[in-house]
Amino acid sequence: MRRHVTAYGFLSAALVVFAVFSWFPIVRGVVLSFQQVNFVTSPDWVGWENFERLFADPLFVVAWRNTFFFTVLAMLIGFGVPFVTAVVLNELRHAKAYFRLLVYLPVMLPPVVTALLWKWFYDPGPGLFNSVLRGLGLPTGQWLDSSGTSMISLVLVITWANMGAATLIYLAALQTIPGELYEAADLDGAGLLRKVWHVTIPQTKFVILMLLLLQVVATMQIFTEPYIMTGGGPEESTVTVLLLLYRYAFYYNDFGTASALSLILFAVLGVFSFLYLKLTRKADA
Amino acid sequence: MKKSAAVLLAGVLAVGTAACGSDSTSEAGGKVVLDINGQPPQTQAFDRKVFDEDVAEFEKQNPDIDLVPHEGFMDPKTFSAKLAGGQLEDVFYVYFTDPAALIARRQAADLTDYVKDVPHYDDIKQELKDVFTVDGKVYGLPTANYTMGLLYSRPNFIKAGLDPNSPPKTWDEVRAAAKKLKDAGVTGFAEYSKSNQGGWHFTAWMKSVGGDIARKDGDKYVADFNNDKGQEVLRRLKEMRWDDNSMGEKQLLEIGDVQNMMGAGQLGMYLAAPDNVAAIVNQFKGKYEDYGLAAIPGQKGTLLGGEGYMINPKATPEKIKAGLKWVQWKYLNPDRLEQNLRTYKDRGQPVGLPIPPIADIWTGETREKQEALKAQYATMPVENFQSYVDGAEQTKGSLEPPQAQQVYAILDSVVQAVLTNADADHGTLLKDAETKVNAVLAQVK
Repeated sequence: MRRHVTAYGFLSAALVVFAVFSWFPIVRGVVLSFQQVNFVTSPDWVGWENFERLFADPLFVVAWRNTFFFTVLAMLIGFGVPFVTAVVLNELRHAKAYFRLLVYLPVMLPPVVTALLWKWFYDPGPGLFNSVLRGLGLPTGQWLDSSGTSMISLVLVITWANMGAATLIYLAALQTIPGELYEAADLDGAGLLRKVWHVTIPQTKFVILMLLLLQVVATMQIFTEPYIMTGGGPEESTVTVLLLLYRYAFYYNDFGTASALSLILFAVLGVFSFLYLKLTRKADA
Repeated sequence: MKKSAAVLLAGVLAVGTAACGSDSTSEAGGKVVLDINGQPPQTQAFDRKVFDEDVAEFEKQNPDIDLVPHEGFMDPKTFSAKLAGGQLEDVFYVYFTDPAALIARRQAADLTDYVKDVPHYDDIKQELKDVFTVDGKVYGLPTANYTMGLLYSRPNFIKAGLDPNSPPKTWDEVRAAAKKLKDAGVTGFAEYSKSNQGGWHFTAWMKSVGGDIARKDGDKYVADFNNDKGQEVLRRLKEMRWDDNSMGEKQLLEIGDVQNMMGAGQLGMYLAAPDNVAAIVNQFKGKYEDYGLAAIPGQKGTLLGGEGYMINPKATPEKIKAGLKWVQWKYLNPDRLEQNLRTYKDRGQPVGLPIPPIADIWTGETREKQEALKAQYATMPVENFQSYVDGAEQTKGSLEPPQAQQVYAILDSVVQAVLTNADADHGTLLKDAETKVNAVLAQVK
């Protein structure tokens, strides 16, 4: 019994923290979605008005389109690169620790620092990339300053900044694959690609699927990089859902509409997670 | 949701225990305890000293009022959280951008019954009082006013073979000067296009050519920039950016970027209010004589900007009276003008720019008296800014559109498109933006 009291004691601290800092804000957010508040008088219940305002905002569609586009790009680039990097790192025979540190190093930089650093890299004038391209006699790019390349430029930043953690997780998964499987594949005459396809990917399937879910949830909440690097531009090409939410809350002080948008995002991610879990369970069965 | 809810509610939930503001501090020992902001930070030693001395003197003259100064100004990003948490000061500073939204959300006290007792209130320019007035009710006092002008680097003008004493008066002259500046190795002209500042400056451009962003159509506001004036503004931007290449390659700039360029001597001109001169000189340890300020090119109209003070909507009548007394004594006091100027001059501070302590808010005799004193105490070449002062007097200033920040967010992308895409179709850009702005303006009640 005494042990139980101690256990509940430890648990209650975590429960209180979660209740105050996670669950209460979520419930409050849902309530706020149906209110207009000025923090002076009592909140006005406005029904679906906040949602109607959102649907009437032309940026609403733009923000969702950009967010999905960003997520797809982040999946194509940000999902494959860490896996390939992990496979390469796993094959290394020398300087393993050095390269692992190198890959993980960007994760240690605060996101704001990373964003500011890359903003300079992308500067179309004296920026690093264009200076190098000019030095090589190659054509330069507008990077963040063009609506055609702004989103992919952001994806590169985020991939660079976050791939370290994903790479290490893949690496850990790769090292659990029994060596006999590769030996058997060798005996069967399988090449590198066949070994990756028939041994590596099936053996790391669980980790890959878990990271896919986490990455989709994270990338759909992209905020820091567009906020610092582009402010949503050029031509609204990098206005994301969270950036629009931020504008409603802190530029327009319309917390009701911001909460409504937050609720929609929650619903979309919830539906995605549900479908994802259902599909993966079916695949496992 | 978790992350977004946290972003959204972190501020709202951050209710401190040591709250200030009207719901926590009140009348103590017969004294009205009044929280005020606008106190300069310690890094601005001179301004801080003057402010603290003024607080002490005011308290001496008004023993029934106890002022509690706070650093900083009104920040729209934290305003609601401070108000919700009872941490909003009783008297708070605002830019002219803020009052319309604060009044619409009922987040400022109604001062109508009190302002009639404020000395010299009638001498303030009517258009500035209008910023704080809705349906005949008064919600604040303007304390500073400036309009947008053309800020330029005098050394770079000389370097480019331009006469710094004859700054451009029209947009054609701006374009020609920008070209020469570019040929001299600096960016000729810079323009904002990020963080809603592109939309803000597009509004200033529109007014300078005699246009506007929105007009009243019956009871409703409608967009008013998809026309030849809007086309003219975009055409001029395109010509400078792409035909002349006089605006540099890097775009998506905001005010800090452009001030950095100007402070580092890499820029010729940009649209700015006079407070930018002081900001650049202070930040880059520059010299006032290196900068000139001209009236807005075109001069068919200009965008009004400025500062003022509003009062916490939860304030008691005693606090409102005490708050207005402080604001009038400190910021709207022609009787203290000469004393202030003498203090600035005696302590080696710049006098002569049309910014506080010489706030351009007065009309009639008070204004004449102020101008005479400014000339008498000036410590900098005021002729460098005379073109701006004359222009500001002659050019009609007007206010921002309703739902300004949302409108600016939409117009940002128009400016961005022109500055980042040489082939941008101006007609389509304006038409799309018009549809979006009309959707926003339709929400104005």
